[in-house]
Amino acid sequence: MPLDPSYVGRVFASIEPYTVGIEKIREFAAAIGDENPISHDPVAASAAGHHGVVAPPTFAIAAIARYQDRVVFDPSLGLDFSRVVHGDQRFVHHRAIIAGDVLTCDIVVEAIRTVGSNDLLTLRSELSGADGQPVTTGFSTLVARGTAG
Amino acid sequence: MTAAGITPAGVRPEAGPLDPPLLSSLTVGDALPPAEYPVTRERLVRYAGASGDFNPIHWNARVATGVGLPDVIAHGMLTMALAARAVTDWAGDPAAVIDFSVRFTRPVVVPDDGLGALISVTGTVAALDPDAGTARVDLVVRAAGVTVLGKARALVRLP
Repeated sequence: MPLDPSYVGRVFASIEPYTVGIEKIREFAAAIGDENPISHDPVAASAAGHHGVVAPPTFAIAAIARYQDRVVFDPSLGLDFSRVVHGDQRFVHHRAIIAGDVLTCDIVVEAIRTVGSNDLLTLRSELSGADGQPVTTGFSTLVARGTAG
Repeated sequence: MTAAGITPAGVRPEAGPLDPPLLSSLTVGDALPPAEYPVTRERLVRYAGASGDFNPIHWNARVATGVGLPDVIAHGMLTMALAARAVTDWAGDPAAVIDFSVRFTRPVVVPDDGLGALISVTGTVAALDPDAGTARVDLVVRAAGVTVLGKARALVRLP
């Protein structure tokens, strides 16, 4: 089933904030084998000029995913999630994510395309801090294999 | 000097592990220290929990083969995270990576044989912007002899 093209340009405004905990950053860093003390030790992070331990560059996906789920599981969009693979991903960090951040995230449906038999959905995710300033912009393309018939 | 006789790009001989390379010491074409990361089923489970991505194709062979995959595959975002590690281990500070993008071109198959997959990352300084204080690093990320990420690029802010 093709995706509903009327979703292009639609904004899914942020829901409940994502609070970045120090143990979540440590858990994420440990999961990828990253022992950088700036991601584990507040003293090392402070010495490097940060107000809290710093998340590895791809940690943003842990926050963004919760908000993207509202879009990809919207039944009216028509995405068959069982056939979805990740096509590409980009993070633009306006500043690093640090422990203690209270983030919100607006999701914008940037593009819906059909390439061959695949449906492509491109989402832009705007993570902002409690001060309303941008933190990270994520671009994700999801590919539903074979769903465009 | 490394065992291969190559000084990692821009790293001062007296520098500690967290001291960043200096932008002024870099030349386009410099290589980052190559890195290899084993990816086992255990790591997939840990990453699933840490990231919140519990898609069963990353831990359940029955589901993975049921949708036509050869076996359980790694999260694309885990491969991207390991590629980023090669950059942050070099740059010293995870906050130095201000822009990072990849295409997921091939799955990383992780067999349940106690060894899993081995992801190798090499990087090259591809562009320098002294006014912006940034270096662009292009990465080649391979598993089982084939590239698994395409157009993997990081923009890194360096002193």
